[in-house]
Amino acid sequence: MKVDKASRYTRTHEWVRQEGAELVTGITDYAQEQLSDIVYVELPAVGEHFDKGEVYGVVESVKAASDCYMPVAGTVTAVNDTLGDSPQLVNEDPYQGGWFVRFTPDDPKAIEALMDADAYEKYAAASEGAH
Amino acid sequence: MARQTELYSRHEALGGRIVEFAGWLLPVQYPSGPLEEHHTVRRAAGLFDIDHMGQVVVKGPEALQFLQRVVTMDVSQMAMGEAHYSLICYEDGGIVDDIFIYRLPDRYFIAINAANTDKDYLWFRYQMGRSKVTVDNVSEETYMLALQGPKAAAILQQLTPARLEQMPYHRATENQVAGVPTLIGRTGYTGEDGFELFFPREKAQWLWDRIMEVGAPLGLKPIGLAARDSLRFEAKMPLYGQEISATINPIQAGLSWAVAFGKDEFVGRGALLKAKLEGSAVRLVGLEMIDRGVPRHNYAVALNGQTIGVVTTGMYAPTLGKYLALAYVPKEQAAPGTEVQVIIRGEAKRAQVVKTPFYTPAYRR
Repeated sequence: MKVDKASRYTRTHEWVRQEGAELVTGITDYAQEQLSDIVYVELPAVGEHFDKGEVYGVVESVKAASDCYMPVAGTVTAVNDTLGDSPQLVNEDPYQGGWFVRFTPDDPKAIEALMDADAYEKYAAASEGAH
Repeated sequence: MARQTELYSRHEALGGRIVEFAGWLLPVQYPSGPLEEHHTVRRAAGLFDIDHMGQVVVKGPEALQFLQRVVTMDVSQMAMGEAHYSLICYEDGGIVDDIFIYRLPDRYFIAINAANTDKDYLWFRYQMGRSKVTVDNVSEETYMLALQGPKAAAILQQLTPARLEQMPYHRATENQVAGVPTLIGRTGYTGEDGFELFFPREKAQWLWDRIMEVGAPLGLKPIGLAARDSLRFEAKMPLYGQEISATINPIQAGLSWAVAFGKDEFVGRGALLKAKLEGSAVRLVGLEMIDRGVPRHNYAVALNGQTIGVVTTGMYAPTLGKYLALAYVPKEQAAPGTEVQVIIRGEAKRAQVVKTPFYTPAYRR
């Protein structure tokens, strides 16, 4: 399981990273591994606003559809259209090429309340043990 | 409690992700993932642990007459060593199960679905009456593996004296495989060339290991349930509980070809003849998504906001690279090119009826 040191993490296995004034989010390496082959990602429209924890998208693997939760409240400024033809990027490169949405947070400091990479690594390892 | 197969430790060692299926603990996938497993079977070969499948043996002086009455195909037309797809129906035409019958010198050997094993066996017992037949459920002592893919014959030939190049599709022979007495059927559930192997349960690990050993250089990989489903789906092979069930008759399912109306009385004949003459109001069709989205089992099919049908199986089809579904729709919407919608999470996504099978099985090429 890989983690991105520059990202913060949710308990629902999303990563979120500051890039300039915006935040970028996607699902973690642990999450993509659990889901296995991803065949479709449904993403929101640019301009949509979501609260923290609200479902903003759906990621579909061969066997199941899973919700994606907004890590902190914000307004979508861009979505990763390349996932339409290449959903496998989520499996291959979850923290870079496999990003889901870019958004402007309501509160720029909200991200600081989330787990850092070390805390998430422990959290995910414990989740794995529970399986 | 779900049961482990004899190969459970092999699946664990291979990193298989174990799930419960029809009361058995089986690998849904191995680490390479279901998409790669699917392609492996289309391009090289795959080995499947399908011991969850059931088997029944029918023999005795009236075995033929008994089967003629219980199954939909004309068993009297089977050549020695032939394997044939058939159905078992209820009186009302609903499907008890879909099966493969093997005609062997001393018996009829029947492969049945895992989830239906007990039901089928009881159904056979109740249909016996005073017939001079014995019906034995041999599922416990019989192990079943499937070796499927264009390289399957080359792999199996290294382990058996049976002359596979002289064995056409849907033929069976009894011979040794790696020293194990095996019923070899040139049959399968993937749309590829391949074999299904039936042999004594205690030889499962030995035979699995021998096949993997000789197959590995030819690209053989173990394959899980997820790829088994996508492979059979592309070839439009029905899955009991999805495309077919007790409330669906063979005419609706597009399986009229598996019903021999010309033979004498069999269970369900009257109802099926009526259904055939009246024509089915619903048809099983293929759908291809126009809008993006993954159609799945039980999603509604709609036309202008009204539900008109249901998806039986849907998924991203790996060989075709498309989002496809099998669905029941009214016959008025069954023509290829007809546009309908699939309701995905409350949203109507456009799809169109397309010809099936999506992928032409090897035995029909």
